[in-house]
Amino acid sequence: MATADLRSTEKPAYKVIGTRPVRHDGVDKVTGRAQYGADVRLTGMLHAAMLRSPYAHATVKNIDTSKAEAVPGVRAVVTSADLPDHGDRMVELGEGAVNMRHLATNVLAGDKVLYKGHAVAAVAADDVHTAREAVKLIEVEYELLEPVLDVRQAMEPTAPVLNDDVRTQSVGGADPGDDAKPTNVAKHILFEKGNAAEAFETAHLVVEREFHTATVHQGYIEPHNATAVWNADGKVTVYTSTQGSFTVRQQTAELLRIPVSDVKVVPMEIGGGFGGKISVYLQPVAVLLSRKSGRPVKLVMDRADVFEATGPTPGSYIRVKLGVSEEGKLVAGDAYLAYEAGAYPGSPVGPGCMCIFSCYDFPTARVEGFDVCVNKPRTNAYRAPGSTNACFAVDTVMDELAAKLGIDPAEFRLMNAAEEGTRRVDGPVYNRIGMVETVEAIKQSEHYNSPLEGPNRGRGIATGFWFNAGLNSSVSATVNLDGTVSLVEGSTDIGGTRTSIAMQFAETLGITAEAVKPAVVDTDSVGYTDVTGGSRVTFATGIAAVEAAKDVMAQLVERAALVWGCSADDVTYSDGAAHGPNGENLHFDEIAERLNTTGGPVIGSGTCSGVNQSGAFGTHCVDVEVDPDTGKVQILRYTVAQDAGTAIHPDYVEGQMQGGAVQGIGWALNEEYWYDGEGSMRNATFLDYRIPTCYDVPMIETIIVEVPDPNHPYGVRGVGEVPICPPPAAIANAVHQAVGVRMQQLPMSPPRVLAEILKK
Amino acid sequence: MRDFDYQAPTSLADAVALLAKHNGSAKPLAGGTDLIDHVRCGRLEPDLLVDVKKIDELNVLELNDDGLRIGAAVPCRKVAQHAGIRERYSAIADSSGIIGGVQIQNRASIGGNLCNSGPAADSTPALVALGAVCVLSGPNGTRELPVEEFCTGPGKNALEPGELLVEFRFPGRPAHGGSHYRRFIPRNEMDIAVVGVGASVALDESGETFTAARVSLGAVAATPLFAEEASNALVGQPVNDDTVKAAAEAAKAIAKPIDDMRGTVDYRVHVTGVLVERVVKAAVTRARGEQLDYRPGH
Repeated sequence: MATADLRSTEKPAYKVIGTRPVRHDGVDKVTGRAQYGADVRLTGMLHAAMLRSPYAHATVKNIDTSKAEAVPGVRAVVTSADLPDHGDRMVELGEGAVNMRHLATNVLAGDKVLYKGHAVAAVAADDVHTAREAVKLIEVEYELLEPVLDVRQAMEPTAPVLNDDVRTQSVGGADPGDDAKPTNVAKHILFEKGNAAEAFETAHLVVEREFHTATVHQGYIEPHNATAVWNADGKVTVYTSTQGSFTVRQQTAELLRIPVSDVKVVPMEIGGGFGGKISVYLQPVAVLLSRKSGRPVKLVMDRADVFEATGPTPGSYIRVKLGVSEEGKLVAGDAYLAYEAGAYPGSPVGPGCMCIFSCYDFPTARVEGFDVCVNKPRTNAYRAPGSTNACFAVDTVMDELAAKLGIDPAEFRLMNAAEEGTRRVDGPVYNRIGMVETVEAIKQSEHYNSPLEGPNRGRGIATGFWFNAGLNSSVSATVNLDGTVSLVEGSTDIGGTRTSIAMQFAETLGITAEAVKPAVVDTDSVGYTDVTGGSRVTFATGIAAVEAAKDVMAQLVERAALVWGCSADDVTYSDGAAHGPNGENLHFDEIAERLNTTGGPVIGSGTCSGVNQSGAFGTHCVDVEVDPDTGKVQILRYTVAQDAGTAIHPDYVEGQMQGGAVQGIGWALNEEYWYDGEGSMRNATFLDYRIPTCYDVPMIETIIVEVPDPNHPYGVRGVGEVPICPPPAAIANAVHQAVGVRMQQLPMSPPRVLAEILKK
Repeated sequence: MRDFDYQAPTSLADAVALLAKHNGSAKPLAGGTDLIDHVRCGRLEPDLLVDVKKIDELNVLELNDDGLRIGAAVPCRKVAQHAGIRERYSAIADSSGIIGGVQIQNRASIGGNLCNSGPAADSTPALVALGAVCVLSGPNGTRELPVEEFCTGPGKNALEPGELLVEFRFPGRPAHGGSHYRRFIPRNEMDIAVVGVGASVALDESGETFTAARVSLGAVAATPLFAEEASNALVGQPVNDDTVKAAAEAAKAIAKPIDDMRGTVDYRVHVTGVLVERVVKAAVTRARGEQLDYRPGH
């Protein structure tokens, strides 16, 4: 794969960074020995099953569990009555304040069920079949309520209201809402930069379009799982697949109102998360069942549960209006975004509002957003949450403007690109970013410059943005006598981060990646670490590893000084060795070998906190062929150019770029929650929820652009999220070039594309 | 999942006796690729599964000039890989090669696919197009039934209590014959037909006139359909775009699909026409002895 080095300065000569060592967990993964949550088997362990609501919206009048409890082999039954009451308690949970009542009633429904699949009760029994049969004997008396499934219908004053405790919270310049009445509109955002209304008057050309996107799921292969042990001393251990062991610990402790230190979370290997394995679903229920039964309890979802009862990313309605001058400079932008939160507030409409105009330099802009409750599962993070919906809308209009102005779409983006110093509509001013460089990389690529021949074929490009997070990370390191280092971290490894963290540690200490043995450990065994999310691990846990390596280095220098009988101030350390004042050298291995005679163990630690990333950009180019008779879109060629800052392990950077693009392709073409009128998802299987197979995508070509982030010692930028943003817009733009129709609804499934073609 | 018993008789008579005895609460198990899933998900709760894979009659696979016999338990992979079937009964080889992945094809059977009686079953339109007949054995003896009369509704069929599908018998192939099955799916593989079309044609010696034709449709009605009017629209007509279009229109007229997550009524009717044109032309290509290149799923 090509690497485009577009920086003005020379790249430093790294020894480890930029190489492609074998990943440390590779053998375990390919031999099947890696332990996932479903592999957990404890002595005396019970198996649990969940009763879920068959209705999208109903009042729960009564739950009678007596028949289930009477089944031989049943050891415990729990309902929301087993959870403490949380009132209006708000708790800071790492990534922001969480309404505990909403979190608790999502885990086990209280007096209302708000979506089909909403958990109502759970049974633990000697085996899973007994548990499932017992679940069928729980009698729930429901009073059906009218469901509301569409974001704009849910905003109507006459719409059924889901939560009686939700009032509209205003953010930015939005008018405060009416505080008296419950509403589905949980948040109203308004960002303004200059006077857009006036600027539109001066525009040479204005295009305004409406967009609809469907609810989509992350589609990780591994279903959610949790095994809990409530010990006789009141201490709890939870084995689970999660993106954040510490957030599971905190959510579980807060939900059960027990001290956070009484909960130990053991993160198992994770079969994909993409943002969907941050919130707790099963963990607190397994803990309650274990407390009641006195036995370890295991609870695992099936695929339908995953679709119906975990957090997809929202369906949305977006309106975008852009104005340009005769020369093709943007003069004003106006956007309206309404995102479905699902059952409880918390859609990513905030990031959507911040991202929608983030790639371009708008002299004036106005963005209004709404977070709206509907009778669907509570949405959760999904790879650049909120940004893909926004990118689809804005970059489709950008393409239309470029076409109308007769300007090459890449050139049009360059003319209006955001760069260092550009102020985003929501306030922040960009640090050094690589937006221009990614567009240039596509513009100069062989792909973009190759001829595209044949009927019904088209090429499109689009550019996406994601902030990337910093947050908190901890790492500790123990030097072993054999010249290796045991590196202990709290970031669960989803994308090969054991290796990318180890490589930064190795680079700093001047040793090989193979000499570092990284391990992801439980919450009692490492310092606090925030979730594997926000594309933050290689950046922030990387910084913590660099700090730990420096800590080790300082101690090794002291040991060398002791050996040489000089002051530590006279010893330097470089290239994996300490250097004395008289030309002496002691290699890392040699110092390690002598640790026990020079003062004993060397343990280093490092943390990262409060360091922000400068943001990531990616530009994608796609060639499609549209079947004009069926509306089916075939991806012929696909190239991703992305600013990785500095690619630590290029394989995993490329892997993220390719994986993100493929998820974006699925979102663009076929993925959607298909609901009937009663609010029941009819396609909660991988047969009818169509993620792309290997037959549906070509090899995704990658161009790693490296514009180092000044906030990281090696210039790392997170790479995990931004590659999902551009595909829907890029494909829509390619479809337009192929068959002359503008797709403004996702997914661009064959029936929708054909309908547009037949309208022509 | 509820407990069930399992038996694997080696004679047809024993299998029929078991099924008859349990009258409705026993299910025959061939590859089990649908059945096991139904049982696991609780859609079916049988007391007994009767494994029919060890019965000789259900494993017959014979091809000669008089025709073709395929036992109801023969795995799809065997059919898809059979050189003679690929050449002379191409449509059923086309179908057998797209039912699931290779692992599924090694277990799944055409017999099971038909007995499952799904409207979108991929092998059924191919069987209908090739004029296959079901051989059924039950407590009251053996009878034959054309495949197009087997399915009576979604998940429903003509099997009497205790009756078992034994084999398919296909008539011999005409000299200038060709057949094809194709489905339209949103993805390119691993999907369920939005519309499926089978066609078998015979041409005169010049290859320019249809002398016989059978067109069949899947996923556009409660059962797979034999498109009689569409077939008749081809017979005796010259091989050209107008003829094929007329057949497509006739096929669209009998399509009575539903709106669901796989497609709307309008869309399925439209695609029925598109696919009939493509499949009939493909069958013609094969009838002329030419190599057929096509994109599955399109």
